[in-house]
Amino acid sequence: MNRLEPPRHSWDVVVVGGGNAALCAALCAAEEGARVLVLEGAPKPYRGGNSRHTRNFRCKHEGPLSVLTGTYGEDEYFQDLMLVTKGKTDEDLARFTIRASEECLPWMEARGVRFQPSLSGTLSLSRTNAFFLGGGKALVNAYYNAAEDLGVSVRYEAQVSHIAVEADRFKHIEVSFSGGPVERISARAVVLASGGFQADREWLVSAWGPAARNFLIRGTPYNRGVVLRDMLDQGCESVGDPTQCHAVAIDGRAPQYDGGIVTRLDCVPFSVMVNRDAERFYDEGEDVWPKRYAIWGRLVAGQPDQVAYAIIDSTSLDLFMPSVFRPVVGQTIEELGEKLGLDPAKLAKTVGGFNAACKPGAFTPTELDGLSTEGLDPPKTNWARPVTEPPFYGYQLRPGVTFTYLGLKVDKTARVQTPSGALSNVWAAGEIMAGSILGQGYLAGFGMTIGTVFGRIAGHEAARHALNDREIADVA
Amino acid sequence: MLLELSQDDSGSTAEARRQIEICNACRYCEGYCSVFPAMTRQKMFSDGDITHLANLCHNCRGCYYACQYTEPHEFALNLPAALAEVRQESWERLVWPAPFSRLFHTHGVAIAGMLVAGISALFALIAALPESAGDGFYAHLSHNAMVAVFTPGFLLPLVAVAIGLYRYWRDVGAGPITLPDIGNAFASAATLRNLDGGQGQGCNFEREDRYTDLRRWFHQAVLYGFLACFAATSVATLMHYFLDWQAPYGLFTPPKLLGVPGGIALVIGTSGLVWLKMRADPKLGASRVWGGEVAFVLLLGLVAASGLALYAATGTFAVSSLLALHLGSVLALFLLLPYTKMVHGFFRIAALLAEEAKRKG
Ligand SMILES: Cc1cc2nc3c(=O)[nH]c(=O)nc-3n(C[C@H](O)[C@H](O)[C@H](O)COP(=O)(O)OP(=O)(O)OC[C@H]3O[C@@H](n4cnc5c(N)ncnc54)[C@H](O)[C@@H]3O)c2cc1C
Ligand code: HEM
Ligand code: SF4
Ligand code: SF4
Repeated sequence: MNRLEPPRHSWDVVVVGGGNAALCAALCAAEEGARVLVLEGAPKPYRGGNSRHTRNFRCKHEGPLSVLTGTYGEDEYFQDLMLVTKGKTDEDLARFTIRASEECLPWMEARGVRFQPSLSGTLSLSRTNAFFLGGGKALVNAYYNAAEDLGVSVRYEAQVSHIAVEADRFKHIEVSFSGGPVERISARAVVLASGGFQADREWLVSAWGPAARNFLIRGTPYNRGVVLRDMLDQGCESVGDPTQCHAVAIDGRAPQYDGGIVTRLDCVPFSVMVNRDAERFYDEGEDVWPKRYAIWGRLVAGQPDQVAYAIIDSTSLDLFMPSVFRPVVGQTIEELGEKLGLDPAKLAKTVGGFNAACKPGAFTPTELDGLSTEGLDPPKTNWARPVTEPPFYGYQLRPGVTFTYLGLKVDKTARVQTPSGALSNVWAAGEIMAGSILGQGYLAGFGMTIGTVFGRIAGHEAARHALNDREIADVA
Repeated sequence: MLLELSQDDSGSTAEARRQIEICNACRYCEGYCSVFPAMTRQKMFSDGDITHLANLCHNCRGCYYACQYTEPHEFALNLPAALAEVRQESWERLVWPAPFSRLFHTHGVAIAGMLVAGISALFALIAALPESAGDGFYAHLSHNAMVAVFTPGFLLPLVAVAIGLYRYWRDVGAGPITLPDIGNAFASAATLRNLDGGQGQGCNFEREDRYTDLRRWFHQAVLYGFLACFAATSVATLMHYFLDWQAPYGLFTPPKLLGVPGGIALVIGTSGLVWLKMRADPKLGASRVWGGEVAFVLLLGLVAASGLALYAATGTFAVSSLLALHLGSVLALFLLLPYTKMVHGFFRIAALLAEEAKRKG
């Protein structure tokens, strides 16, 4: 694995990154006959970036396809995207991506990716999203194996620090292996697939403000945006809001990085949500959770110390997926407040006030039930049931960053753009260019779709370019 | 809710519970086997629940290689190992008497010791008893003498296993079972469905994150080989008592038609399983009992190989010593049945049955 063959000067395609987009590019390029080197910044056990935390990808299909039920056509898919991005998308590129998603599924299967029916508790996604058997890490493993079988060389702990571009051409890459000295590797083409910058705390702080110090990063600590910044510094065009990131409210006890899916907390609609001062701050029952979970990251980020607490009673404990951490338990609201580090009397007062504002009525956890509080500010407009049945449970929530929006602008061939036109031998795929399509919001499973679609295109284009180059060189 | 459950807070059950609670919040591995669907039935896990999940797990290792939380991640997931240890401890705790279990499961040397003892006993028996009037190997050891040794040698271990199974059923809190449950459970065992990766691609035993189906094939060679040999002996016993048709039997008789292919399958299967075991990562199983497991598989292989050798040696001077070797190893295998890996067959069937019963709610 650690031999560099063929000699360094004759790589056709170098791929920066080792997640889904990188591997799709590497596979496509190698299948075209290119000699491919993958430079993954993470050590082997952490290979695969954020892709190893994923569970599904969103796929257009006309009629049942593999594990997908029904149909999910281009227009419906596009409407779904418009809804979450509030129109902040490039329609042409978005429709192109959606159309291309359909042929991705069989392509993935042919390279060892396996799918499973949608997971328990996610039935609503069984038509739109194809789930990976074993999740994203299994997908990444399948691709690394397929790459190995094709003779692709992979180096781990390969931190790329600079892409040397002269005029419109990339010349070489600067990379350090296992923290060693910086080495140069040249190649005929390069594919940049090194993700976003969400693991660079200072960058987050400068974009979002000091609150970002208290954010948890849901995915890999290795996506620090080094290559993204390097390319922007060299004048490449950017897309996506540089100040925004996709953040959801997750269990506040999650690790700083890499907590992944299990730190998610779906209890908000059934809770009384309070901040550090034991005060409510937003309507917990505004809409069904899948439509609201993404705004709660931002809401919690706006509270003092970027922390919030969900208070529920024993009647609600079974209404949501379990979290990886057990809830804090109290026989009284005061005891719970004490254990959560909240002012017990104040919490009791807030919960008491909430309970008093609840009205009788039918409680239906699975749909908007209109069971609303009366005379409370802010109100809880659905699922407003008094919190009275001990034991009481509490969770601490903090903002967890999924990804950042800022990226490199690309065209349909995944070529990286500058104000004076496209670079001739630099392609980008995955999160590093996703802002081109997803300027705001998030559509579950779309990240992997973008990575797969553009990874494949980038790999294909880069290989064609490199092989062409090689032929010309051979003739000369 | 928390307080109602009986939960051991330290040791392997607690460690398995810690990991299962992580999996239950993740569920990415749902499609690999029955363990994950069984897990999602609850949020809190009693000791009995953990014992049940552990015996349901077939150690296919799919959920290890697919897991984003394996070490060095601080969640340190290694579900195949955690469940293997709980499973192992459950057999050691539940089968009576527990000290025997601990000795033989863990120590391959103890198994070898029992083997030597079994063979020596048979040599001594053959030497001590006068040559009998029977044909073939009965000339060396009469049918009655064999029955006198093997009837208790077979039945007593079964009593020990039965006690273990009774305790298991009580611990995991499984309800009554129906005929379809039995059908489903045996169909599952007959194909080792839980070792096929969920889609027939096989397990991740000896090639890390690549799937292979070799372990399942070799296991079924062992399983069906063993059943065929067992059937051969049973048929021979019936022929002996009810048809007055005594050994030695020719090749085209039911005992030989079952026993010879069965023995060959056992030899191939056990060799294959040991070969795979040498390639697999011991840290994804109950590494504490690795030696005992290898010794058991070798013992099983020896039973088969010595049986085939005995048949091949018919009429030669070697029969007497091969007979002692074969019957001695059979005796050791039977006596150790409750206290070695051999017992897994019983517990796994019980777990599959319990799961059928629990699945219905
Ligand atoms: C918890 C979680 C769950 C998610 N679930 C889903 C889901 O179910 N479906 C979905 O579609 N999306 C999901 N997403 C989003 C999804 O993970 C991303 O959209 C997708 O993985 C992006 O793929 P990528 O290949 O561009 O980046 P990544 O997979 O993050 O890969 C980036 C790679 O670049 C490497 N790298 C970074 N910097 C350097 C450098 N300087 N030198 C060398 N290598 C470098 C990293 O080590 C990494 O291997 C989820 C995200 C998170 C955090
Ligand atoms: C009753 C149904 C049975 C089931 C469901 C079953 C299941 C399994 C499973 C899942 C394994 C692999 C995991 C592990 O090592 O624990 C295994 C291993 C094994 N089984 Fe079975 N088994 C059954 C019966 C038998 C029988 C009857 C025999 C032989 C007499 C047998 C012999 C073996 C051997 C030799 C191993 C390998 C042990 C090792 O590698 O350490 N099994 N069995
Ligand atoms: S083994 Fe890992 S990936 Fe699989 S369900 Fe458990 S936590 Fe999730
Ligand atoms: S090792 Fe295999 S059988 Fe056991 S829990 Fe994991 S996936 Fe299921």
